[in-house]
Amino acid sequence: MAIFVDQNTKVVVQGLTGSQGRFYGLRNRAYGTQIVAGTNPKKAGTDVEGIPVYAGVADAVREAGANTTFIIVPSAFAADAIMEAAEGGVGFIVCVTEHIPMHDQARVYNLLRRDFPNTRLLGPNCAGIISPGKCNIGFNPPEVAKEGSIGIVSRSGTLAYQSTYELTRKGLGQSSVVGIGGDPVPGTSFIDCLQAFEADPETKGVIMIGEIGGTQEEEAADYIKANMTKPVVAYIAGVTAPAGRKMGHAGAIVTGNKGTAAGKMKALEAAGAVVAQNPTQLGDLMEQALKG
Amino acid sequence: MDLFEYQGKQYFARFDISVPTGDIARTVDEVVTLANSIGYPVVIKAQVQVGGRGKAGGIKIANNAEEARFHGGNILGMSIKGHVVHMVWVERASDIAEEYYVSFTLDRSAKQYLGMLSARGGIDIEQVAEQDPGAIQIIHINPVDGLTAETAHAWVAAAGLNPIAVDQTVTLVQKLYRAFTDGDADLVEINPMILSKDGRVYALDAKVSLDDSAAGRHPEWDAFGVVTVAAGDEREKLAKEKGLQYIGLDGSVGIIANGAGLAMSTLDTVKQVGGSAANFLDIGGGANAEVVTNALTVINTDPNLKVILINIFGGITRGDEVARGIVEGINNVQLRAPLVIRIDGTSAVEGRAILKQHESDQVISEETMLSAARRAVAIAEGK
Repeated sequence: MAIFVDQNTKVVVQGLTGSQGRFYGLRNRAYGTQIVAGTNPKKAGTDVEGIPVYAGVADAVREAGANTTFIIVPSAFAADAIMEAAEGGVGFIVCVTEHIPMHDQARVYNLLRRDFPNTRLLGPNCAGIISPGKCNIGFNPPEVAKEGSIGIVSRSGTLAYQSTYELTRKGLGQSSVVGIGGDPVPGTSFIDCLQAFEADPETKGVIMIGEIGGTQEEEAADYIKANMTKPVVAYIAGVTAPAGRKMGHAGAIVTGNKGTAAGKMKALEAAGAVVAQNPTQLGDLMEQALKG
Repeated sequence: MDLFEYQGKQYFARFDISVPTGDIARTVDEVVTLANSIGYPVVIKAQVQVGGRGKAGGIKIANNAEEARFHGGNILGMSIKGHVVHMVWVERASDIAEEYYVSFTLDRSAKQYLGMLSARGGIDIEQVAEQDPGAIQIIHINPVDGLTAETAHAWVAAAGLNPIAVDQTVTLVQKLYRAFTDGDADLVEINPMILSKDGRVYALDAKVSLDDSAAGRHPEWDAFGVVTVAAGDEREKLAKEKGLQYIGLDGSVGIIANGAGLAMSTLDTVKQVGGSAANFLDIGGGANAEVVTNALTVINTDPNLKVILINIFGGITRGDEVARGIVEGINNVQLRAPLVIRIDGTSAVEGRAILKQHESDQVISEETMLSAARRAVAIAEGK
């Protein structure tokens, strides 16, 4: 078991014919991921190193059996690509594209919720997801991952890789490593991932990597307190981050006293999570938490 | 991108939101000429992106040319919380009957838009929010549905404004909503939105923050960008020219990392082991040799620099590319401080092999993030 993706995941890559899409699509395939199709309306009928290219996602679903998409297209096309994927019939959408305008993100998120409530969007501007030994979609460097029973969820991509590495060094493998991204309107939240890890019988403990800004970590803390039976080890980046030059007061009114690293760490500790002071401690703390 | 007040007012005018007649002036003579043509009394307002202008003497009323010259001379060149005033906005003074507050922004938790409207606008709306949250009328708007006329009516009606102001406010908030969504703003805020003694509702101030990710579809924003770059410190200016995500700090450990999360975490770890960072610098995903060389160039200009800590975890970024950039940096830039380097992840093995040939007491490799931070701080302290 793992969450969201496993050995049965069949991936279409929207953007496979671009240089980035090709590099990561082929790297994900080399890891063993079933990359079954790419899309490009102008290059339908061709292939990329044996991966067939279709005009659109609907064709890839029908012809190649794709059930998941990996979107790696320029930001101007990404919102449309997400909607095309949902309409095409895939159940899981991973979008790594960054710089999608906020209003496009907000519209797409709410359109999906209204018209495709069973389709999950991961991202945008996220590192992707790896279920070690089964499936890797996105930027995760597979050489530091190892099959096992710890779930990782992180806003930051690099800190997800970093914590994967710290666990693997301790001999602790991972069930799934999920990068949810740091954009204003993420399709999948900490809570979505905590819920999935709690329900996944293979996962024994969860590492949660947050950062300053927003209130997602505080909401996750409430969820942990009320629902999590598995140990959670958390780390929050940004304790010493310089205060942003924020303008206007609307943001401050919305977040109140939430949003600081100290506030998030306190909330997580109060919820029963173990809070690490730096990423290098994560492995040790998880080891102890599993014994406890 | 945060706009100055005058840019915000120009932006509002494009969406047909009423603002007082006015324009920008950069010299005292310009202030007087402008004030004469607008007609007295006028308000002269310092254009800086920091709160508390009024208290600092950056906003003055002038009743004649003499006063305009006097206040213009005082305000231009004045420093408000470290921001030097290079421009003033001169506008016709308003006869204010009541002051309101209105804004639109994204509610990240609800993943919908949030509108806030209050009959108690003016100075400190944050205090109102804390002490009397009921005085702010809040509305959530689903981006798919938008703000309908009915909803706008109900929202404004509930806010307890002067009845004379209601109809005009309903129209204004709908225009402001379009300025927020069609305009690709992260935030639009009017504080105060006023009801004048002659019964008109309009924007006396303008706070607009534009979504940088949408710049590609707004060529008209280029005019705003030129001015906003001018503020800030020299290191940040150079970094901006080179397209780097850089924030200057006071410490002695220069930092280069990939990804905002890892960069923040590196700052935290340096602090935790007793050091302090000279900067925040995220070279981003997919950083290549050129980016690394640029990063080293910028950090090297820092007068407090004692050591440079490079912390890379390859994902999108490739370790061998970064290593090549470091080698190029060593060759091209006369570095003033030793490098402590930690590379892991994608192509890290190749990266470390490239660096191996250049290792010395000035180029040091470390295995973990924590040990690299410790080593860098020890060097910074002369140990």
